[in-house]
Amino acid sequence: MDTKAAQYWKANIRLVTSLLVIWFVVSYGFGIMLADPLNAIRIGGVGLGFWFAQQGSIYVFIVLIFFYAARMNALDREFDLHED
Amino acid sequence: MDLSTITYIVVGATFALYIGIAFWARAGTTGEFYVAGKGVHPVANGMATAADWMSAASFISMAGLIAFNGYGASVFLMGWTGGYVLLALLLAPYLRKFGKFTVPEFIGERYYSQTARLVAVICLILASVTYVIGQMKGIGVAFSRFLETTYEQGLYIGMGIVFIYAVLGGMKGITYTQIAQYVVLIFAYTIPAVFISMNLTGNPIPQLGLIGTMAASEPGAGMDMMAKLDQVVTDLGFGKYSEQVMGSKLNMFVYTLSLMIGTAGLPHVIIRFFTVPKVKDARSSAGWALVFIAILYTTAPAVGSMARLNLMNTIQPGAVGDVAGSLEYAKVPEWFKNWEKTGLLVFEDKNGDGRIQYYNDKNADMVKKAEGFGWKGNEMTKVDNDIMVLANPEIAGLPNWVIAIVVAGGLAAALSTAAGLLLAIASAVSHDVIKGMINPNISEKSELLASRLSMIGAIALAGYFGLHPPGFAAGTVAIAFGLAAASIFPALMMGIFNKKVNRSGAIWGMIAGIGITMLYVFQHKGIFFVPGTAFLGDMKPDWFFGISPNAFGAVGALVNFVVAIAVSKVTAAPPEHIQHLVEDIRVPKGAGAATDH
Repeated sequence: MDTKAAQYWKANIRLVTSLLVIWFVVSYGFGIMLADPLNAIRIGGVGLGFWFAQQGSIYVFIVLIFFYAARMNALDREFDLHED
Repeated sequence: MDLSTITYIVVGATFALYIGIAFWARAGTTGEFYVAGKGVHPVANGMATAADWMSAASFISMAGLIAFNGYGASVFLMGWTGGYVLLALLLAPYLRKFGKFTVPEFIGERYYSQTARLVAVICLILASVTYVIGQMKGIGVAFSRFLETTYEQGLYIGMGIVFIYAVLGGMKGITYTQIAQYVVLIFAYTIPAVFISMNLTGNPIPQLGLIGTMAASEPGAGMDMMAKLDQVVTDLGFGKYSEQVMGSKLNMFVYTLSLMIGTAGLPHVIIRFFTVPKVKDARSSAGWALVFIAILYTTAPAVGSMARLNLMNTIQPGAVGDVAGSLEYAKVPEWFKNWEKTGLLVFEDKNGDGRIQYYNDKNADMVKKAEGFGWKGNEMTKVDNDIMVLANPEIAGLPNWVIAIVVAGGLAAALSTAAGLLLAIASAVSHDVIKGMINPNISEKSELLASRLSMIGAIALAGYFGLHPPGFAAGTVAIAFGLAAASIFPALMMGIFNKKVNRSGAIWGMIAGIGITMLYVFQHKGIFFVPGTAFLGDMKPDWFFGISPNAFGAVGALVNFVVAIAVSKVTAAPPEHIQHLVEDIRVPKGAGAATDH
């Protein structure tokens, strides 16, 4: 296996891992496990934990996917592994 | 004009649109039939995916689930959206690079095994068939409630519409009708939500109304909407809306994880990402899909909470315990009577006072208080979840045309999901079984014919089950998500991210994952949901750490991963060419060439 592809794959795994950490923290962390203490912080009329569980985590998910798409497209070019 | 005339006009217009698209987007090749010729723009595919994904359950039932489960229902909101992150980061771009037509085809080639392919086909068909039955039932119910047909007539009309565009156009026809259906369903969902949020909180944006305060004209003016709702429900002994959990925090955690993994593993969603031109389109398209899904999913919590508040305020207009505080049955609004006729709303005057007492009679403190008031039990003996969205426009006093659009939206949601599922089933039969296993030398033309015939067969099967729902249809969510999470997702993910997982590992992993999930589900609900066949009947419900059967897919997935990796360690490594195949799908370069079949 040539090292360029291996490095590309390593960079990809690093990116995916860090994005999945955020994915986990906003939903399982803020939305479920830490929801009760976070509810002490209010966002408008609801607690922050409740808000993350029913609104915030979904917004973060969208940002994560577009960030991933943009970073991967850049990595494709950086390692010269892009299509056509 | 009366409601049913307007509904006929609106629904008729949307159906005419779908049929028009069907003739415009006919499929001429198998590539067009299976993957729309791989020429769908990523934003368009995102929209089609959103319609494909959001079923009758998302459209009709979810807001009701939220209304009655409050915070606990967050599992559905996070679970059914967070799966797209997994799909985008772990599966979609690589499967697009692989560049073939079906999910079992990838599993068969990656694990160099017809057996693995067959196991995947069986999982796909079981998951998709149970799922499609729910859609067919939704179509039948919507027709019979709003268009004054019988359930059967409604079902036949729905089958006829799907038949026209799915058989003619395959994935190509389905893609473009799904885009139209998305537009219909999202308008149908958000218009009533905007009105209701405006009335209740003075804020036309439901997402802001949810965190806003009560409008000046409403009871509790100036108070936070959520605080008002919490107060109204706890006064009647129900769980505090913003804090009530579903089972336990652990159950919510596992349930959310199961729905996320299941979402990412559902074949009818995955194949949508085969239709875009490039790997980088598959990445961004998942983001667009989630944007279009989020418009509905972030509105749903507002709809659920506000509908609950409207419902409670209608039935309990005054102070709890005060005689005049309970609504007099003779004075119930028109919608109340309409829904009583359907049996989805049931009132029983237990203490014979001619007024409605709606409270939680499973709460001991509340029961004591209620006895003091002369109440003899909760009198709203049934308030079906599904009422919340369907009756919402009526509860909020919106005009008839809004109700007609909601009906068209519900049908669009059911039809678009049904078509996507039917395509997944038909392509598995014609491409994986007929071409892949029985007759590999079949010509392009014959395969196209076979795929059309498979589609007709799938529609007939779905219609048959819609008319005669088998026992296991009741467990749709448990089976479909359980199978997808425990079998398909792990097999796909390991196929891409772990070069060492081999044929035996994949097969035994899938079998172990499905086995353990189905055992747990059947142990609770009966073998294939036949009542009375639940073995180990004396065990307490949800015995495994309090995890409910619907939430068990994540455990099945974990078992799949462990078994697959363990078995792969003690058996021969995958052959050289498979390792190259994995290396090849990991990089986008060279994707264009792989598309011709």
